[in-house]
Amino acid sequence: MVATAPARHAQGLFRIGAGIPRALSFAISVGAFALLLVLWVVATELKLTSSFALPRPIDVWERFVDVAEGGELWDDAKVSVYRILVGFLIAAAVAIPVGVLTGAFRIWHAVLTPLVEFLRYPPVVAFIPLSIFWVGIDDGQKFLIVFLGTVFQLALLVADDVRRVPMDHVEVGRTLGMRESAILGRIVVPSAMPAIWDSLRITLGWAWTWVTLAEIVNVTSGFGYRINRAQTALDNRLVFAYIVILGILGLVTDQGMRLLGRVLFRWAEARR
Amino acid sequence: MKIQVRDLAKTFTSRSGDVHAVDGASFDIAENEFVTLVGTSGCGKSTVLGILAGLQEASSGSALVDGTPVIGPGRDRGVVFQTYTLFPWMSAVKNIEFALRAEPISAAERRARARDYLGLVGLSEFADAYPTQLSGGMRQRVAIARSLSYQPSILLMDEPFGALDALTRQSMQELLTEVWEQHRLTVLFVTHDVEEAVFISDRVLVMTIRPGRIKQELPVPLERPRRHEQLSTPEFLATKTRVLESLREEAGRSSP
Repeated sequence: MVATAPARHAQGLFRIGAGIPRALSFAISVGAFALLLVLWVVATELKLTSSFALPRPIDVWERFVDVAEGGELWDDAKVSVYRILVGFLIAAAVAIPVGVLTGAFRIWHAVLTPLVEFLRYPPVVAFIPLSIFWVGIDDGQKFLIVFLGTVFQLALLVADDVRRVPMDHVEVGRTLGMRESAILGRIVVPSAMPAIWDSLRITLGWAWTWVTLAEIVNVTSGFGYRINRAQTALDNRLVFAYIVILGILGLVTDQGMRLLGRVLFRWAEARR
Repeated sequence: MKIQVRDLAKTFTSRSGDVHAVDGASFDIAENEFVTLVGTSGCGKSTVLGILAGLQEASSGSALVDGTPVIGPGRDRGVVFQTYTLFPWMSAVKNIEFALRAEPISAAERRARARDYLGLVGLSEFADAYPTQLSGGMRQRVAIARSLSYQPSILLMDEPFGALDALTRQSMQELLTEVWEQHRLTVLFVTHDVEEAVFISDRVLVMTIRPGRIKQELPVPLERPRRHEQLSTPEFLATKTRVLESLREEAGRSSP
């Protein structure tokens, strides 16, 4: 018989689900960014690749300062954020009711889910030429692309959130003599709200991609416009500057919504 | 009779064939009687309760409350579930007020009544606490208060203490019997815990294994008010043994 040592419990930070101190977690996240920056500096200083394909961070920073001081950056940010907001709010206004209905009622699930599943597969890119025919080349077309890029996924996510509402909560409503419509509005939706908020947060992230894509068509400002123009002018330093800005804006929005969600749904804290 | 159940049957249709959960269950419950329904897991006891609550439909047979067939849920019957069913986005007192929205009383009266019922289960100080801040036992106490607050004449309880630890369970049983001794109403309490069944009720209905029927009715010859000291009296032990034997026969009938 070979005596096997009892398996030691996994210890420390690499134990599945192990908690780590908040400050340490933050430091590690900042460190990961710092590491990426260091790698970037090293790669460019050692000239591992051409400065055209991968410009030096300092050059990218200078271009950033240029556009920030010149005011283009703020114009781009304002108009792109506006397009995202309008497109996304319309998407949410459609997707939340559709998701709630399909999540709560099998009959609506049978009617709508196959349609939504079908519509989410064609790549949004394929709709760009069509969108121009449908609504023209102005802001409406940008809204439409952001809308199409988020509405179907969001509806499916919301439906899942609603499906996860405990059936016993619904039955409590019934035993209280409530009508199904009242149960939907006063029990199902509030119960699913924290999860719906998370779904909104995730899909809002994608909206940045779609607005950038939509801004290739007939625009004079916006992130997509600037990147596209910089590319034609072979100004890769500006392209990089905008990529970094988009990343940061996405991160800030996401963290902002996370924080707001925590305040709005304090009661669900134990769930997280 | 407050509750009359006759030849009740419920068949669930599943992909692997029909499941006869309940088949031919019959029993009566008198007004203000406290009756427990015991049986092994899966014997259909929760199904019987669900049908009386109006949350499930019977396949055949009848379930009458005050002589009228049950056709759906109603505020004449309060239901307490095994799972924690307080709404987590509302404080304890708001959860009870929510149940009182349909009552023709002012908001102030609603609030006052909700606080009264919180007091009844000993949780006045936790009125503004959210469910996630309460222990399992406290949540079930609020759930009981919520069900009693709109003053139903029947309370249907589906293993309400099933998820609680032994000690909390005992104090919940005592609390429930105390509340019931003060505010008489008709109670049907489903459990698989024989000691619990005997301790809290006037009468124990033992169910067969699936398909569930009522196998035996045993009156509980214990005085009220009930206290946990009675758990060691000969009357209690004799009744408990009879229920256990009855259940053991059933367990022997099913696969080993």
